[in-house]
Amino acid sequence: MAKTRLVIVGNGMAPGRMLEHLFEAAPEAFDVTIFNAEPRVNYDRIMLSPVLSGEKTYDSIVIHGDDWYARHGVTLHKGQRVTGIDRVARTVTSDAGVSAAYDTLVIATGSDPFIIPVPGRDLPGVRAYRDLDDVEAMLAAADRGGRAVVIGGGLLGLEAAAGLRARGMDVTVLHLTPTLMDRQLDPAAGYLLEKALTARGIEIRCGADTKAILGDTRVTGVELKDGTVIDASLVVMAVGIRPNTLLARAAGLEVNRGIVVDDGMVTSDPAILSLGECAEVGGRVYGLVAPLYDMARVAADRLTGGDAAFRHSEVPTKLKVTGCDLYSVGDFADGPDREEIVLRDAARGAYRRVVLKDNRIIGAVLYGDTADGAWFNDLLKKGVDVSGMRETLIFGQAFQGGGQMDPVAAVAALPDDTEICGCNGVCKGRVVAAITEKGLTSLDDVRAHTKASASCGSCTGLVENLMSATLGDAFNANAVKSMCGCTPLGHGEVRRLIKAKGLKSIPAVMQELEWSTSGGCAKCRPALNYYLVADWPGEYEDDGQSRFINERVHANIQKDGTYSVVPRMWGGLTSAQELRAIADVVEKFDIPTVKVTGGQRIDMLGVKKEDLPAVWADLGQAGFVSGHAYAKGLRTVKTCVGSQWCRFGTQDSTGLGVKLERFLWGSWTPAKVKLAVSGCPRNCAEATCKDVGIVCVDSGYEIHYAGAAGLDIKGTEVLGLVKTEEEAIEVTAALIQMYREQGYYLERIYKWARRVGYQVVREQILEDAGKRREYYDRFVLSQTFAQSDPWSERVSGKDKHEFKPLAALQPELV
Amino acid sequence: MTAHTDTRAAYAIVGTIDDIPAQGARCVTMGETRVAVFRTADDRIFALEDRCPHRGGPLSQGIVHDGCVTCPLHNWVISLQSGRATGADDGATCTFDVRLEGRTIHLAMRAND
Ligand SMILES: Cc1cc2nc3c(=O)[nH]c(=O)nc-3n(C[C@H](O)[C@H](O)[C@H](O)COP(=O)(O)OP(=O)(O)OC[C@H]3O[C@@H](n4cnc5c(N)ncnc54)[C@H](O)[C@@H]3O)c2cc1C
Ligand code: SF4
Ligand code: FES
Repeated sequence: MAKTRLVIVGNGMAPGRMLEHLFEAAPEAFDVTIFNAEPRVNYDRIMLSPVLSGEKTYDSIVIHGDDWYARHGVTLHKGQRVTGIDRVARTVTSDAGVSAAYDTLVIATGSDPFIIPVPGRDLPGVRAYRDLDDVEAMLAAADRGGRAVVIGGGLLGLEAAAGLRARGMDVTVLHLTPTLMDRQLDPAAGYLLEKALTARGIEIRCGADTKAILGDTRVTGVELKDGTVIDASLVVMAVGIRPNTLLARAAGLEVNRGIVVDDGMVTSDPAILSLGECAEVGGRVYGLVAPLYDMARVAADRLTGGDAAFRHSEVPTKLKVTGCDLYSVGDFADGPDREEIVLRDAARGAYRRVVLKDNRIIGAVLYGDTADGAWFNDLLKKGVDVSGMRETLIFGQAFQGGGQMDPVAAVAALPDDTEICGCNGVCKGRVVAAITEKGLTSLDDVRAHTKASASCGSCTGLVENLMSATLGDAFNANAVKSMCGCTPLGHGEVRRLIKAKGLKSIPAVMQELEWSTSGGCAKCRPALNYYLVADWPGEYEDDGQSRFINERVHANIQKDGTYSVVPRMWGGLTSAQELRAIADVVEKFDIPTVKVTGGQRIDMLGVKKEDLPAVWADLGQAGFVSGHAYAKGLRTVKTCVGSQWCRFGTQDSTGLGVKLERFLWGSWTPAKVKLAVSGCPRNCAEATCKDVGIVCVDSGYEIHYAGAAGLDIKGTEVLGLVKTEEEAIEVTAALIQMYREQGYYLERIYKWARRVGYQVVREQILEDAGKRREYYDRFVLSQTFAQSDPWSERVSGKDKHEFKPLAALQPELV
Repeated sequence: MTAHTDTRAAYAIVGTIDDIPAQGARCVTMGETRVAVFRTADDRIFALEDRCPHRGGPLSQGIVHDGCVTCPLHNWVISLQSGRATGADDGATCTFDVRLEGRTIHLAMRAND
């Protein structure tokens, strides 16, 4: 039978999900062609905010990569906008002149962001917030710094504001009505949200009506109707969206607000379906993925001959701004036939409001503590008569039917058809069935098998509670997180047993601790290798195959499979001779990019793997050793110029930095370790966001630790003040050794210290001189085995097979 | 020309198992294509095109475990046997037949379909 020619316009989340259903139900039935105006594959649009804030990368939000299309024989025309549909000839044509013939056409063109028609809206620096291009433009603007003005205090606008703030911009949100997110929240919850965002340094101006966007060649500010002018180097408009119906209208399909479809997603032309934000079904258009995914299921079913029908249901809204928990569902406008119940807990900053009509819940708003959201939503969806529990309704599920329930018991009590993950429409029964039938024990497993908590992630807590309820003691999200799927033991337990049982090789650990796999996995092997290196210096033989490629070849792998090489520059100092040697290497090996790193070293990017040994040999000749920029180990010691040059310097911070780096380099640690030394409290070396930072003061050296400035940003804790350089070095080394012995693999110092307690660290390292000395001595011993330059080892031939192909076969023979 | 090639001639000797570290890989170039030849802990040999189905990462540089390799770029886990991504990820890379005769590695000169 000939395949049905299915052509899709738009490659967003809705048709992506439809194809998944389609290929599952009828893998061979369709010959699919997709046109997408965006020049890329299908990605998770709702994760753009985490990409903006830096919590995720674009790569990690791709839903279907190129190979997926290849595997399913889908032709994907990227960067091609369909400009015309010929319903008689049954063809579509793109702006680039490509056309395709269809038996069935699916229109999924999504929405267009609404741009308010004020003067200046076309200036460079004014963006909508819709796709990856917008995010990239915002990131570029954030790099330049300055102030961003976000117009629109709804879901999208606030996510954009939080993301830009996380990227270091000053941010002002302009919102027309008196409270934020007025479409989803009532004024009280909106007020709490405003307070929380203000506390994070985001300026909120409600009741602000934009008059014009200012600037000549690019945006410089925003003027409000009341005359206020706010400076801005970036303006983001997030004031709403409009179904993108242009194409359908031009083709003569029936269009209202959206493209009109019946409950089977069929438009006024039976050969054309439509779904996603552009479709209007039952008089409604939608802007959240849960209903769009329903549409996808219905459309796929109809395409394969079924008779599924789309039904409206209320979709809860959650805000994806870390630390601001809010949940809103249904209708909560005031009205004579409605009653409301409100609970305020000022101390906890929590607020709840439930709106009732005829003793049934029709709306709920939760701010601060949102755990009961799913329960209220369930009552709402099912139209349960709540008169029997009116008195305690607002306190949530835990207060129903007697004694207090903990959150785990609360999910356990939910009926099986309660929706747990709104984005993916996964109900409790399915999660429980997957856990019990497939023997799942980790959150990741549940995500992989059910998709629950795999999209916006706001139901993660619920899923964890559900796992506890189902697995009992076998699941404990916090206490014992097993290292990986190969063992039920956690990192702490494994570290303890390695010492207690004297285990000195990876096979010994796996045997004695009853690993469930024959050779471990990519999670546990690098961890075990580190534990053994750290615990048995001089005895354990490092296992290169259990190291990540960066550490195996002593360079950083980059996205195109080339490497980057960073030589050590002690304390950030260099010389003419060193710079010349680097310049020579760059020329000789045709290295495309040379960059100064944030840690005051020079990075050579784009080195081919085969060239690595020769690059190192030349750098080694010039006296360099590896900067370990790739290592779970000591990386850099950043310094300022200190008393040698600076008019404020109290001590020789550069000199101390050099001493520290020469002493500490080569040591492996659970995660990367970065240091800095500043010559005075002006702190030009930014020592107070490092794993260990030293701030020189008149009376000595103030030692800081447990800072971070990466995924998480955290200022340091003060460990204490010491008088001399020697003491500063001893304390630093002892602290690092304590961390080396106790840290879990990939656990940075700040997380380790939080886990063991700052007080414990202070007692052992600062107050107990004997303990400190013991740590220090163990560190020194370990260094006698560690300080061999990996580059020179490799240049002298160790593992040289890494860098040469096994064989080169002539294509003629093939 | 294929008319003259019998099935045996479609294999090439590329080295011995001792040239590859246990739980490691080495590459063979075949014209434009790079083939990664893997050796597992228990001395089985597999060959895959050296391109992760996710974003083309060099699989030969990953960590080998339990009949799989974890891609060094974003940690997809690829089955050495089938070339398919495991778990929730979806995609496959080409496999090549390899066989051991004694310790000598014979590699098929064409990818499996
Ligand atoms: C930053 C952001 C955060 C969000 N957060 C959430 C959230 O937390 N929860 C939630 O449920 N929803 C969220 N959403 C909404 C959700 O992403 C959308 O509802 C969903 O992506 C819409 O899917 P779609 O397939 O209808 O359209 P889209 O994903 O918008 O896809 C439409 C595609 O069609 C293409 N196209 C348009 N016209 C043409 C043409 N003529 N020819 C070819 N291609 C064309 C467009 O380029 C686009 O790629 C968010 C949206 C954004 C922008
Ligand atoms: S930290 Fe103090 S000593 Fe160092 S450069 Fe800045 S002002 Fe000078
Ligand atoms: S390229 Fe292999 S996991 Fe991304």
